[in-house]
Amino acid sequence: MGKSKKKKSSTLFRRYIPVYILMLPAVIYLLINNYLPMSGLQLAFKQYSQKLGIFGSKWVGLKNFEFLFTSKDAWNITLNTIGYNLAFIITGTIFSIFIAVLLSEVKGKRSIKLYQTVVLYPYLISIIVVAYLLNAFLAGQTGFINKMILEPLGFEGISWYASPQYWPFILVFVNLWKSSGYNIILYLSTINSIDKGYYEAAALDGASRWQQFRYITLTSLKPTIITLTLLAVGRIFYSDFGLFYQVPMNSGALIDVTNTIDTYVYRGLMELGNIGMSSAAGFFQSIVGFAFVLLANFIVKKVSAEDAMF
Amino acid sequence: MVGKKSGFFPVFIHAVMILLVIICLYPFAIMFMSSVASESSIVKYGYNLIPKEFGFDAYDYLLKRPMLLIRSYGVTLISTAIGTVAGLFMSIFLAYGLSLRDLPARSVLAFVVFFTMLFSGGLVPTYIMWSQWFHIKNTIWALVVPRLMVNAFQVIVMRSYFQSNIPDEIKEAARIDGANELRILFQIVLPIAKPIIATIGLMIALNYWNDWMNGLYYVTDSKLFSVQQLLNRILSDAQYLSQNNDNVELTTTIPTNSLKMALATVGSLPLILLLPFFQKYYVKGMTIGAVKG
Repeated sequence: MGKSKKKKSSTLFRRYIPVYILMLPAVIYLLINNYLPMSGLQLAFKQYSQKLGIFGSKWVGLKNFEFLFTSKDAWNITLNTIGYNLAFIITGTIFSIFIAVLLSEVKGKRSIKLYQTVVLYPYLISIIVVAYLLNAFLAGQTGFINKMILEPLGFEGISWYASPQYWPFILVFVNLWKSSGYNIILYLSTINSIDKGYYEAAALDGASRWQQFRYITLTSLKPTIITLTLLAVGRIFYSDFGLFYQVPMNSGALIDVTNTIDTYVYRGLMELGNIGMSSAAGFFQSIVGFAFVLLANFIVKKVSAEDAMF
Repeated sequence: MVGKKSGFFPVFIHAVMILLVIICLYPFAIMFMSSVASESSIVKYGYNLIPKEFGFDAYDYLLKRPMLLIRSYGVTLISTAIGTVAGLFMSIFLAYGLSLRDLPARSVLAFVVFFTMLFSGGLVPTYIMWSQWFHIKNTIWALVVPRLMVNAFQVIVMRSYFQSNIPDEIKEAARIDGANELRILFQIVLPIAKPIIATIGLMIALNYWNDWMNGLYYVTDSKLFSVQQLLNRILSDAQYLSQNNDNVELTTTIPTNSLKMALATVGSLPLILLLPFFQKYYVKGMTIGAVKG
């Protein structure tokens, strides 16, 4: 039995040689682009010198981490990254479900197509263009909000890019504007797949719209909500670099409320030349981020096993 | 949901939807209208939906320096074309192999793909690898290679499409008729999989079209600036245009404010015009992806 199985797999192997050859470029690419840099995680424990390279640089133990965690930046970037992500998950989920439920009530294929296209515009446009669009509203001298709203009402214009207190709200709003389209369409397609018979039966039994929403729509959406939320929780240690770097136009005055792990790593690497701290923060992100993915998956397994990722 | 046909609810839906359309599109409208406003009216009255005074200072400026946009559009088009074709075929072949249930070492290969979604080495080692070991800085490859298979998720989506839409019986029948594996792939599987290939291809192409990160990391030579990177540089560095003036005319002032909006308009125009035509495929790809494989 064992022998015939072995033989079978070797004939299968021979049969699939052309397929392996076709798969090769992609596998090699992933090994280089995604796996090779993992060896560079050791930089977090080294003093990087370009001349000596990743492998030749001197080991310095935990020094990079000591510097990182004794600076106020470590707390700041960790709290910002997690805090914004939580705000994005909560506002995004509620808003997307709200819009998707209303959209599912819209009659007429044309209007549905129109609305779908409209919510996709912000989603598909590049974050650089988003930074331009926001700038049209917030620019100090020429921005729409200062010139058309505040000044005509007799208020003084606000220099938005130098006023950190507004940015948590601005970033939550921009994120909602930019990324809701995706979730709206996913939730909408789930709602559309609900059997209409449930609603008719419920209406016959005298269920109100709210009760129909609560017991039919929301219950059917539960697996999608769980999946999307847990995917987001798995990414809670990562942030959208463009949103936190480009949208505030890299303004120094806003750094306390716009600095996340990703912008910190980028600034350390490209602007400050502080490779040590940058790789320590990157290492911290890789490891804790991985722990969050495992945690998220563990929770799904407990809650609803069939939705688990692995 | 089922309820009374008349009453407050339908009105509420329409009100919310109209509001949604306005919120989504208003910034784009301001962008476009400000690009056709005269510079002096923007300086005086600010960005507005209806300009106090129309003017084409910005487009005039761009038309006098055609190479600025032609060059960056060329860079974007070339990197998008190479990246999309290469990335798409690499993904298709990988996904097809992973879809073969009896492929030896399939689970190992599947793990190699899947694990990239869970763990990564991060920016610092990746940057050092591409720039110090492979020397892609300031080459067109900088805009192509680090993004070739940016999303293992797409491979997994494609694999589950192959598995659920191409019955093993067809492949088995072709084998009995003497077709080899390559013929099965190219003449049977790929034609059936056209919809998912088109959708994933579209997603990869958009990824390249919108990409500015690789430019930011690996390109400093302004000859190799893509459209997005050009936009990025001009927004972050107001002096960029006056420093890179080919035909030095220090006397002409740059219509900075309207020019910004004109550049944003020109940069996003292809997507704005084409989205209504391809949104169907994009939505399909999103919803296929959401179905667990």
